[in-house]
Amino acid sequence: MFKTSLSQCRPAVVMLLVLTVLTGLAYPSLVAGLAHILFPRQAEGSLIEKDGVIVGSEFIGQPFSGDGYFWSRPSATSPNPYNASSSGGSNLGPANEDLLKSAADRAQAFRKANGGAQAPVDMVTASASGLDPHITPAAALAQAPRVAAGRGLPEEAVRGLVLSKVEGRQLGILGEPRVNVLALNMALDLLAVKK
Amino acid sequence: MTTNAIIQIIAYMAALLALSWPLGAYMARVFEGKPCGLNRVLGPVERLIYRICGIDPEREMDWKTYALALLVFSAAGIVLLYLQQRFQAVLPLNPDGLPAVAPDLALNTAVSFSTNTNWQNYAGESTMSYLTQMMGLAVHNFISPAVGICVLLALIRGLTRRQTANLGNFWVDLLRGVLYLLLPLSCVLALALVWQGAPQTFAKAAKATILEPAAYDNPVTDADGQPVKDADGKPTTEPATMTEQVISLGPVASQQAIMTLGTNGGGFFNANASHPFENPTPLSNFLNMLAILVIPVGLLFTYGAMVGDKRQGRSLLAAMGSVLLVLLVVCVFAEQGGNPQFTALGVDQQAAEGAAAQAGGNMEGKEARFGVVDSALFASVTTATSCGAVNSMHDSFTPLGGLIPMWLIQLGEVIFGGVGSGLYGMIVFAIVAVFVAGLMVGRTPEYLGKKIEPFETKMASLVILIPPFLALLGTAAAVATQAKTAIGNPGAHGFSEILYAFSSMANNNGSAFAGLSGNTLFYNLVGALAMFAGRFWLAVPTLAIAGSLAAKKIVPQGEGTLPTHTPLFIALLVSVVAVVGALTFFPALALGPIAEHLALLR
Repeated sequence: MFKTSLSQCRPAVVMLLVLTVLTGLAYPSLVAGLAHILFPRQAEGSLIEKDGVIVGSEFIGQPFSGDGYFWSRPSATSPNPYNASSSGGSNLGPANEDLLKSAADRAQAFRKANGGAQAPVDMVTASASGLDPHITPAAALAQAPRVAAGRGLPEEAVRGLVLSKVEGRQLGILGEPRVNVLALNMALDLLAVKK
Repeated sequence: MTTNAIIQIIAYMAALLALSWPLGAYMARVFEGKPCGLNRVLGPVERLIYRICGIDPEREMDWKTYALALLVFSAAGIVLLYLQQRFQAVLPLNPDGLPAVAPDLALNTAVSFSTNTNWQNYAGESTMSYLTQMMGLAVHNFISPAVGICVLLALIRGLTRRQTANLGNFWVDLLRGVLYLLLPLSCVLALALVWQGAPQTFAKAAKATILEPAAYDNPVTDADGQPVKDADGKPTTEPATMTEQVISLGPVASQQAIMTLGTNGGGFFNANASHPFENPTPLSNFLNMLAILVIPVGLLFTYGAMVGDKRQGRSLLAAMGSVLLVLLVVCVFAEQGGNPQFTALGVDQQAAEGAAAQAGGNMEGKEARFGVVDSALFASVTTATSCGAVNSMHDSFTPLGGLIPMWLIQLGEVIFGGVGSGLYGMIVFAIVAVFVAGLMVGRTPEYLGKKIEPFETKMASLVILIPPFLALLGTAAAVATQAKTAIGNPGAHGFSEILYAFSSMANNNGSAFAGLSGNTLFYNLVGALAMFAGRFWLAVPTLAIAGSLAAKKIVPQGEGTLPTHTPLFIALLVSVVAVVGALTFFPALALGPIAEHLALLR
């Protein structure tokens, strides 16, 4: 038994090292090389630049809480919300008092800011990653009157902007309809400048 | 259930079968050593590696040598991964300057990745350097599923060969699995994920100036980094403003691809497959879910082809598929129902289509692009297999919605299960099922023409009973000694967190009710033990069964033979799996999710 184990040691160690180089170095490097040729923007994180400054990533949400912007979903990352170097959810159970209290507070804040509109569930719950870039179309439309007032824009123009930014289900069936909040707010900034 | 939920489930099942069928045929050619197409390109590489390693690919092994090779190889992998983590601070490819990983956490992680569990007591982006992620963790994401396939192949050879000790060559099975199966599939999937938005870069984290500065409460820490507490013992905070966002990047796509294909589940980021960089779009989510099941389902077709009776693979597929379908429908239904306590708060949880569309349901710990349906579907698929990647936080599921993933794990990871390990676990359950049937009618049981005798039955009992034993004992030990220190939620839910943790580790799943703070000495060490025993204490008896079966003759089918491809057998097999899983875990589940469900309705 001991001799058999000993005879398997060389293949074990050498095979491990060979596979480490093959799957740990060659494979990710090959993928990185091909990715940079085929999809250079995505490979570097789909970063968005404005006037030569990086303002975010297409896929990473940002916190918004002012009257002139559409709000993002609540984020449970610490210490600050939407901390893109420490992702995570709240992990609060459905009956946890902390969850029920923060949901009640958020629902009330949403109603107050948006003329008594009932809060869609995504606006009172923290996302899984804490970096969710999207909100539901329902949540975006409910905020449109507030944002229009905050920007001094006609409500119809803001509603139209939201509807133009709604992404439907992918291939018609996958996922859920959604609105990218950063893209929506950047478009809103442009609209406000044009006015 | 919404109409879209039904459409998505059907589309997923159809795409899965369409992909795994041809893959199953391809894998049969690969593992029978026949030309598979890719061998024209990779054949020279394969032969070169045998030469470097000093392996004679023609030399077959008996079950003991096969098991020893597997154990020595896995031990070497654990040691190397431990050292990589301990020395990452002085090794290259550490652009964010992360320090060495603590010894107990490094041990837990090394065992976790080498056993295909990928339980993570750490946050990837702030703990592991790019080098550790790539050349340590991701390497195990390749070799641990390949090792699972090795054990399965030995068992199949034990069933099909007669009066021999030879079960194949471990090194050949291992290398062919990595070279011809996992690597090519991963390359294709990784590029598809980059296309959808997953990064693949060696650059360090990006800094972004955010559109609207955000005010938040920053916890005050003292010189040692400990939180400062006020007179009431609560942590104090000070107002702060966030103007910049540090966006963690890395070689994400390559690791994400193998983490799902190899039913590993160890994510690059803390938030795992819910992180928008790991799983950017609904399409990437669909591809990830297909990747999780395509090899386990494909192996069922491979099994049918290799035993020369396709009905045998299809009957196991029917058994597994029916259990998964029923449970995932329950999970979608429970999550779509939402949180009953939210209704009184004036929150709109109703699913709606049209211009003001919303997914509705229980959205805590879920992403808007996935909604309830994709989250519940992913949760069921990832726990039916031993993958354990998550695209939503299972801890925040409704009690019944969270019970489903937990029970799928507790069934022993045989409802498709891990790559290789799920099918060998299910074949062992089939052996127990024919044994039970034999007891009923008083005949010697046989499976695929091999007589099932006391030795096989004893070994099969070990394989079936060890994971629940580890899960329940670990839970009991944790509740008795650690309950107050680690749980993230009070009451019955806190118990569920502990039960889920040990079920997950003992069955090598790796997902978590992540409110549990598992990075303590107790959870790191006891968890490592549970994961180690849950993998190798099953693999070795399975190989022993293979060795014993290979030595036997194949008896011709007689009148007393129970056919193992009929609906009767499928029902019997499902009953055995469900009864073992239900009887063992019902009392514990009653204290956790079931108690919580009843309390929530109050």
